[in-house]
Amino acid sequence: MGTNSQRTPLTTALHGSHVQLGAKLVDFAGWDMPIHYGSQIEEHHAVRRDAGMFDVSHMLGIDLNGPGSQAYLRHLLANDVAKLTLPGKALYSCLLREDGGVIDDLIVYYFGPEHYRIVVNAGTADKDLAWLRVQADHYDIRLTPRRDLAMIAVQGPQAREKFWQAYPASRAASAALTPFQASFDGDWLVARTGYTGEDGFEIAAPNEQAAAVWARLHAAGIAPCGLGCRDTLRLEAGMNLYGQDMDETVTPLESGLAWTLATKDQRDFIGKAALLAQQPTRQLCGLLLQERGVLRAHQAVQTSHGDGEITSGTFSPTLEQGIALARLPAAVTIGDIVEVDIRGKLLKAKVVKPPFVRNGKALV
Amino acid sequence: MNAPTNLKYAKSHEWAKLEADRSVTIGISDHAQEALGDIVFLELPEVGRKLKAGEECAVVESVKAASDIYAPISGEVVAVNQAAIDAPDSINQDAYAAWLFKLKPDNIAELDALLGAADYAKVAESE
Repeated sequence: MGTNSQRTPLTTALHGSHVQLGAKLVDFAGWDMPIHYGSQIEEHHAVRRDAGMFDVSHMLGIDLNGPGSQAYLRHLLANDVAKLTLPGKALYSCLLREDGGVIDDLIVYYFGPEHYRIVVNAGTADKDLAWLRVQADHYDIRLTPRRDLAMIAVQGPQAREKFWQAYPASRAASAALTPFQASFDGDWLVARTGYTGEDGFEIAAPNEQAAAVWARLHAAGIAPCGLGCRDTLRLEAGMNLYGQDMDETVTPLESGLAWTLATKDQRDFIGKAALLAQQPTRQLCGLLLQERGVLRAHQAVQTSHGDGEITSGTFSPTLEQGIALARLPAAVTIGDIVEVDIRGKLLKAKVVKPPFVRNGKALV
Repeated sequence: MNAPTNLKYAKSHEWAKLEADRSVTIGISDHAQEALGDIVFLELPEVGRKLKAGEECAVVESVKAASDIYAPISGEVVAVNQAAIDAPDSINQDAYAAWLFKLKPDNIAELDALLGAADYAKVAESE
């Protein structure tokens, strides 16, 4: 259970808060992070029904400044930052290799043509930063990793209201935010983004404030939630996890991420030629287990068009059913019944289009 | 650690209890349920199946992971706990009440090879 790293684990500014709350801590990409504070399922339900909060400070914010910023990002990212014209608006994008393989997925926030922030995954942060620096060579930009910032995701139908109860003065800065938009609130950045399929905010604040913010949000009735339920929530919401549902060996076209590609205009970007040349033979679909059991990553899937594999699987606490994302032959269609090999037994599963759950409601 | 002294334990975290009718009830320890987290699915052996000590015979799945269960002693499965199948989280609530299955042992003396509560606690705490 968990992997023992030889290196000293990295800790976020909230590590002491997690220990104090009795969290069960596990290694996550080299970070000592809470998997739950008692019950993963109760934390899952807290986010679907009320409000929960996550320490996501292991993710890395990288500020991008300088006159070349927009041109640089338009070259670097598979989605097009030129779509961002309103300050604070954000965009989800893949970072691709020349061959179309996915280096990482990220969120980019726009503050002005010369000022952006991108937020990348913890496990890929060093690799991403190295890639960003190599690609920055011919652009007049400056990259600033922000390990000085903690990030707290407050998620759930009551998340925004409870956040404002804790910080009434913040209401003015964040009440008008639309989904995928952020605004500065003093030295915080408050963004209406998340990874759960529920409404809420992600707050980036200086490390030295993190423990006090966490305690005040907790006092306002927001449940501390671990990375365990973050995974079941994102999977129900049909969101990919880097390293599991996609990596450098597959393209966004094979990963359910065609919607994030801006390939239709003249703009060139790293990986575009490879994407345009690819006729994908595989696709990422949702699976809903038709019998009792739990779907897991790497289980084999048999279809009438050939074999596939589950990339992420779990027991959905909302649906009380096994759900998964699976990479299947391109000829498989939504509604097909396939078979999953679970310990040598073939169990029936239905192919569905994710998400499984959004805003507290089952969609499959 | 919660490990009742009237039970015997396997290093692989099963408990075994000799009943008055000479059958042996099998479950997983409190330490095991704690490590697994919220349990959501059980796969138990069929009644009538003959098991050898150490044989893989059941699976307990939590939201986090699937964990194999091994027969602590040899014997024939004479009952499975349908109530636990229907409500797997009952194991999280009380791992010593929510048993998994019962064996008619081939040789009751095999129980002597299992650990007592104090020795099991040492094994579990060293993990």
